[in-house]
Amino acid sequence: MSKYIPFRAKSLGVSVLLDKRTIIVAVVLVVISLAVAIANAAIGSMRIHPLSAVRIFLGMGDPTEATIVLNFRLPRMLVAFLVGMLLAGAGAVLQGMIRNPLASPDIMGITGGASAAAVLFITLLPTASVRYLPFAAMAGAVVATAVIYLLAWKKGVSAMRLVLIGVGIEASMKALTTLLIVRSPFYSSSKALTWLTGTVYGANWGNVWALLPWAAVLLPLTAIAGRTLNVLQLGDDTAAGAGSRVNRDRLLLLALCVAMAGAAVAVGGAIGFVALLAPHIARMLTGPSFGGLLPVSALAGGIIVALADLVARTAFAPLDLPVGIFTSMIGAPFFMYLLYRNRKA
Amino acid sequence: MSPLLRNGALKLIGLCAAALLLVAFVCSSIVYGVISTNWQTAVDAYLHFNGSNEHIAIRELRVPRALVAVCVGVSLGLSGTLLQALTRNPLADLGLMGINSGAGLAVVAAIAFFSVGSLNQFTWIAFAGAVASGIVVYVLGSVGREGLSPLKVTLAGAAVTALASSLIHALLLVDKRNMDEVLFWLAGSVQGRKLSLLADVLPYMAVAWVGALILSGPINTLMLGEDVAKGLGQRTVVVKAAAGVVIMTLCAASVAIAGPIAFIGLVSPHICRYLVGRDIRWMAVYSAFVGAILLLAADIAARFAAMPGEMPIGVMTALIGTPFFIYAARKEWAKS
Repeated sequence: MSKYIPFRAKSLGVSVLLDKRTIIVAVVLVVISLAVAIANAAIGSMRIHPLSAVRIFLGMGDPTEATIVLNFRLPRMLVAFLVGMLLAGAGAVLQGMIRNPLASPDIMGITGGASAAAVLFITLLPTASVRYLPFAAMAGAVVATAVIYLLAWKKGVSAMRLVLIGVGIEASMKALTTLLIVRSPFYSSSKALTWLTGTVYGANWGNVWALLPWAAVLLPLTAIAGRTLNVLQLGDDTAAGAGSRVNRDRLLLLALCVAMAGAAVAVGGAIGFVALLAPHIARMLTGPSFGGLLPVSALAGGIIVALADLVARTAFAPLDLPVGIFTSMIGAPFFMYLLYRNRKA
Repeated sequence: MSPLLRNGALKLIGLCAAALLLVAFVCSSIVYGVISTNWQTAVDAYLHFNGSNEHIAIRELRVPRALVAVCVGVSLGLSGTLLQALTRNPLADLGLMGINSGAGLAVVAAIAFFSVGSLNQFTWIAFAGAVASGIVVYVLGSVGREGLSPLKVTLAGAAVTALASSLIHALLLVDKRNMDEVLFWLAGSVQGRKLSLLADVLPYMAVAWVGALILSGPINTLMLGEDVAKGLGQRTVVVKAAAGVVIMTLCAASVAIAGPIAFIGLVSPHICRYLVGRDIRWMAVYSAFVGAILLLAADIAARFAAMPGEMPIGVMTALIGTPFFIYAARKEWAKS
């Protein structure tokens, strides 16, 4: 029995080899996502029976419970899930591109730049709609990335220098964010915490609609552009020899990565370590080929953030903690483990 | 690259200049601020105290603040020099290596769980936190074949910082007391510290300063290479351990008063290396002055950057320090 299922669509002019294992993993993850969605709808200060939660999703069920689920819990869960997917996508691209399993947009200052720009946008234009926030955050991410890339450039970009300079930029972006928060009226409010730790507290349908188009456009685009990533992973020279336009492809992938990170940060703030964690989990599940890696990472990222938010929301009830605290608590030790495991590198 | 100050005489003159500069900065730190005062008022506040707002501000706020900044700056400068020499890592810094945030986490945890309030206890708790996170970063940074590498130490430090800061945020939110104040403390500040607080930690600091200066000789030998130092009869383990204790003490004492302030420890040694070369003995003396001057300058700038509010000084030092970090990172990777 073959490991792959060939898929050819003559009319579309597409042919893909689908890895059976990836399909199974993806289906399992989708099922887990649904379970997380039901758990998120059911658990809270007012408990709802899981079966009633399912009925509410299907459009039936008690109207009071439906109000709670549909107006508060569901949008929040969706935002968490989308943020997780986008962050994981950004992480998967970045790790593949830099060929370093330790790379992640939050350690390298990309999300830091997005946070600073988002806070700047809110401070300067307090009346502007949240819809424009993703653009501001993305602009910040672009600027930060460009600065990191330029500063790391010294007859070519070495991955190590890129990471190291990213750490430095991240520190200054954090400082800048703190400065803006201290100077602005929302100092010490829980809103400020969005950009310091990352939270989806109080997410509503407006946030979902602000985020959904980005996820719907960027993730498929990345999946298409990701074909080139498999070649790029072989190293610049080999990739160029294999016919890849290395610099163009890398720039495109970097742009996608930055856009995904920016969109996620605009709504959820700097939720730490998801972008690092999810691709690693995906790689353990499906192996390093990018075709399977991206969808599985995205699902894993979504599940991580939604689940972490469930814990953050309920574990210390009535306190509603930022989800970023929990992702960092899992992610930072994992990062240390990676450092330890990569000791021979 | 030959240093700016080549011989002993020049170095001594430079030291006098640094001392004068320090005095000038202390004076301007006392005189300039939101309540603008002048020289005469500052002197009068001590000689002819009349209870006016200006006099109270000078006696209760400005002078303590300047002195705290000097002591913390000296500690950070010295610890940065020792740390960079000991780890042979031009990117080493208490803040970037996660040692500051480990100390900060320990203090916040102590406030949350044991209702610790006195600063004297802060020092010990911060010390424990600094040691714990220092060990974690050191072990993570030195596993593997090539030993301690700047990249790994920096990354381990970033991870420890992220972990500690998320735990700190969790504790702050669970325990909602004085969130404003603690947020400000976490960003690092020398404002509003009373002289009695400084007096509590000054003994530890002073001992560590002397220790650092004494150790700078043996560390100089150690810089020749571990084998050479051993061959010259040095007990390298003792020197390293003593230096570690001194660094941790300096870190803990400064975090206890001023909160985590990053980048002063990174920048001072680079400036000193430019001024006096690679001799750790001279560097240690100079870095004490440079650290204090830098922190005072950052503090004065922080007062004016967010008028009429206050900006956390840690923000200011991070903004000043990042270019240095990037410069050092680029230089480091050019070699290897």
